[in-house]
Amino acid sequence: MINNTLEMVEILTQSLLDMDRIKVKKVILSNCENSSIITSIEELVVPALERIGQSWENGSLSLSQVYMSGRICEETIDDLLPPLDPDRTDQPPMAIVVLDDYHMLGKRIVYSTLRASGFELHNYNHMDIETLVKQIKLDEIKILLISVLMLPSALHIKELRQRLDQENITLKLLVGGAPFRFDSNLWTEVGADAMGISATDAVTYVKKCIEELS
Amino acid sequence: MVKTMTSLERVLTTLSFKEPDRVPFFLLLTMHGAKELGISIKEYFSKHEYVVEGQLRLREKYKHDCYYPFFYAGIETEAWGGEIIYSDDGPPNAGEPIIAKFDQIERFEAPKIKNNQPLQKVLNAIEDLKSRIGNDAPIIGVVMSPFSLPVMQLGFEKYLDLMIEHPALFNKLMAVNESFCVEWANAQIAAGATAICFFDPVSSTTIVTPEMYERTGFQIAKRVIAQIKGPTATHFASGRCLPIIPKVMETGTAIIGCSVEEDPQEIKFKCAGKLSMLGNLNGIEMRRWTSLEAKAKVKELISLTAPGGGFILSDNHGEIPFQVPDEILMTISETVHTFGNYPIN
Repeated sequence: MINNTLEMVEILTQSLLDMDRIKVKKVILSNCENSSIITSIEELVVPALERIGQSWENGSLSLSQVYMSGRICEETIDDLLPPLDPDRTDQPPMAIVVLDDYHMLGKRIVYSTLRASGFELHNYNHMDIETLVKQIKLDEIKILLISVLMLPSALHIKELRQRLDQENITLKLLVGGAPFRFDSNLWTEVGADAMGISATDAVTYVKKCIEELS
Repeated sequence: MVKTMTSLERVLTTLSFKEPDRVPFFLLLTMHGAKELGISIKEYFSKHEYVVEGQLRLREKYKHDCYYPFFYAGIETEAWGGEIIYSDDGPPNAGEPIIAKFDQIERFEAPKIKNNQPLQKVLNAIEDLKSRIGNDAPIIGVVMSPFSLPVMQLGFEKYLDLMIEHPALFNKLMAVNESFCVEWANAQIAAGATAICFFDPVSSTTIVTPEMYERTGFQIAKRVIAQIKGPTATHFASGRCLPIIPKVMETGTAIIGCSVEEDPQEIKFKCAGKLSMLGNLNGIEMRRWTSLEAKAKVKELISLTAPGGGFILSDNHGEIPFQVPDEILMTISETVHTFGNYPIN
């Protein structure tokens, strides 16, 4: 009998690292007996993914484990909280994108983590600046997350911000990826509103934005 | 008073864990050659003659200790027929992955190196450089590890899925990549490369666990490096490597490229006179360093890791970004030439 939340987070974290999908679902469902799925996400899934993300930051877990944990959580939560559930859709429009190139893993991890945390967002895959500006207008995006691997792509975010300003588009811009990890000043230089080191930083930031926008 | 060595002598001395005349340093410059020639990055990489001229000018200018006729990582998938995306301010990138579906791996074959246009350009550049410089400085050839190449062949996400969920297909792909990698490395050695930089970022503990490395990347590296007919440097392209250093040693590689995210002294200690360290200046941050900062960083790194040899100063990624100004590269060079003389004070 699992009797406290901390212990459940511990078990969920280990089940994710073991890639034991059945146990992951069982742990989340057992919490749902006394609370809603959204509460279970808040109490269990987000903290477990946070722990895994922090362990990656301090070098004790690998990116493959972060990726698989996010993916398993996303699949499990999709079962329990379908994409069209009002709990997911009643949020400001948000999107995630890779600028310029085909390095998609970081974006995929953040996308999975946000969806596993109960958020719904547009997945733009990779786009150049002009296509992205058009899509942002079309979808009336209020929160944009950009993942990059290469320094030039990171620097191009500055051009994107200028284009958005020219179009009078105001949105919250969160950036992440290797260049931002290696240069802690870079995110301010390119005109982002925040920078995330791990995928769960995106969850924290999106929650903050939603509060500010509501 | 130590006699002035050639760059090659300097590098070979440090690799034998002795102190040469001064700290050897590799400015791993690729795109800066285009700047020297006043042409676009795309044009620069279109002809091997440009790369040769660029490398000669860069070494003449910065007086560093190697030639680095590396074109771009995607050249290996380009050899397979993959697309390359050029930009004005960054390295040419691999385009859409060449393997769209896992079942393609069943009949996946490596391209022949002979007469393969992209690969031939690299071989011509190495051959040309070798004929011009002889044994003055090492020429560094480059291969992608068979374990890391699939990031470009499949895309990272799909590759992790393959590695974790489709072991048979993963092994099949590794077999193809291994034979390609050995042949490609040896073709560069035959063309005149002194050593091969074996880029293996996926093996770093930033990407896979040490246990997974031991089962996969390590076994592959060990098999491949044993067949390469020249010394190798294993480079994790900014990825962390501290926990796997003992296993990296077992692969038979001579040098390890280290991340700025790890303590250089700890790395040097773990290398224990068996593996030389290459690194670990922060190439991303270097773009906005002042000359004073650059000088301080280089002096600090030299004082921490150069004593006793077994150390080549370099950036931590294996390629210095195009945006790093000449002034900073010059400061790095001048600092090594001024403060890197042995014995280190």
